[in-house]
Amino acid sequence: MNGFDWNAARDALPLLIEGFRVTLLATVLGTLVAAVLGLAVAVAGRAPSRFVTVPVRAVTEFVRSTPLLVQLVGAAALFTSVEPLTVGIVVLGVHYAAYTSEVYRAGIDGVPRGQWEACRALSLSPRRTWRAVILPQAVRNVLPALGNYAISMFKETPFLAVITVQEMVFEARKYGADHFAYTEAFTLAGLVFLVASYPTSLLMRKLEKRLGH
Amino acid sequence: MNDFFSAFFDELPQVRSGLWVTLEATVLGALAALLLSFALGLMSVGRLLVLRGVSRVVVEFFRGTSLYIQLFWLYYAMPTLTGYELEPLLCGVVAFGLNYGAYGAEVVRGAIDSVPRGQYEAAVALNMSPLHRMRKVILPQAWVQMIPSFTNLLIQLLKCTPLLWLISAADLMTVVQQLRDRTGETLTAYVTLLAVYFVLAYALTLLMNLLERGAKRRLGLPTGAGSLLRSRSATEAVTSASGGAR
Repeated sequence: MNGFDWNAARDALPLLIEGFRVTLLATVLGTLVAAVLGLAVAVAGRAPSRFVTVPVRAVTEFVRSTPLLVQLVGAAALFTSVEPLTVGIVVLGVHYAAYTSEVYRAGIDGVPRGQWEACRALSLSPRRTWRAVILPQAVRNVLPALGNYAISMFKETPFLAVITVQEMVFEARKYGADHFAYTEAFTLAGLVFLVASYPTSLLMRKLEKRLGH
Repeated sequence: MNDFFSAFFDELPQVRSGLWVTLEATVLGALAALLLSFALGLMSVGRLLVLRGVSRVVVEFFRGTSLYIQLFWLYYAMPTLTGYELEPLLCGVVAFGLNYGAYGAEVVRGAIDSVPRGQYEAAVALNMSPLHRMRKVILPQAWVQMIPSFTNLLIQLLKCTPLLWLISAADLMTVVQQLRDRTGETLTAYVTLLAVYFVLAYALTLLMNLLERGAKRRLGLPTGAGSLLRSRSATEAVTSASGGAR
């Protein structure tokens, strides 16, 4: 029992900030992968053939229902030659794409039927229908939900420490083990998460209200 | 591939005990979370400003700091700070309970808010006491709204249990990884592990659908035949910043 050591906390902070940059990088790139891949999955899920839609739905359901940590550790063990950070970003992106695809799906379903019919009447190609009419309306509605997934991905980036990505929690664990100062390192890391995620979620709430949800 | 499965069946007792730890953590964690979500959720719709404030702070705190850090803090930091040491499994149950309880509180609050105003007013007009009103009028209706969101939370909680491996509780992931190390069959091991979690998630979803059916029937709402096998709703109410059941 040795209480909270302020000196240790001060020492650990620069390391944590260093790790925090990796945390942010992983979040931003992971969100990007999830946003793009999720859209592709959502569009593929509306393909006219069941040979496409059924497997797509099965895979998203599977990814959605299984633990991220197992996916991460498994992928890292299989692709040992790839850099851990890359593996982490891809796995995070794929995992969250299973969620964002459902968000896009709801957004696409929200576009009135008349818009599809008008496109048909104007004999627009499917490509132009999607690009010029459907997606611009759908994407606007799903932005707040995508933001929320970004926040929740941010809170799950510590999982990356397990596959030796040197993000903030990795640094916290290392500092804790080296100086026997787990209390200080983990408390600070938790506070950094709180300070970063709370204002973001307030912002998202505002955005949701503005877009009329 | 055969190596892995023969090892899997040779070590079946161990696999079973790992599965048991995972299930124990899920069920106990979920119960703790359920209790906390009702406590915090009811506080946040109460009339006392102090209680509302406390509930708000607790919810934002446990939602804002990552579950991973909460678990590690309990396991590594709390013993040096307070002298108390928790068993790995208990550590997991407490961390899961606190984290998902905070998310669940938002679900409870959202569901209670979504019960039409008229129901409150009718209950007041009938001169029901606040407790009676809550128990007989508001909660039965709110409960139906909560179940789909609770299902999502439960599956998410299940998906977090592999974290126990990191604090050396012998859960399913730990056991399967030991088998992998012995047989060297990485792909088979992890695919099997994912498949087991998938089956567990589906079984839990089915149970929750049953619960929802029962709750709906008690309110006299229609319950379609297909509702039982339906997969859980796609949008996670939990991750939404505004939370609640929508």
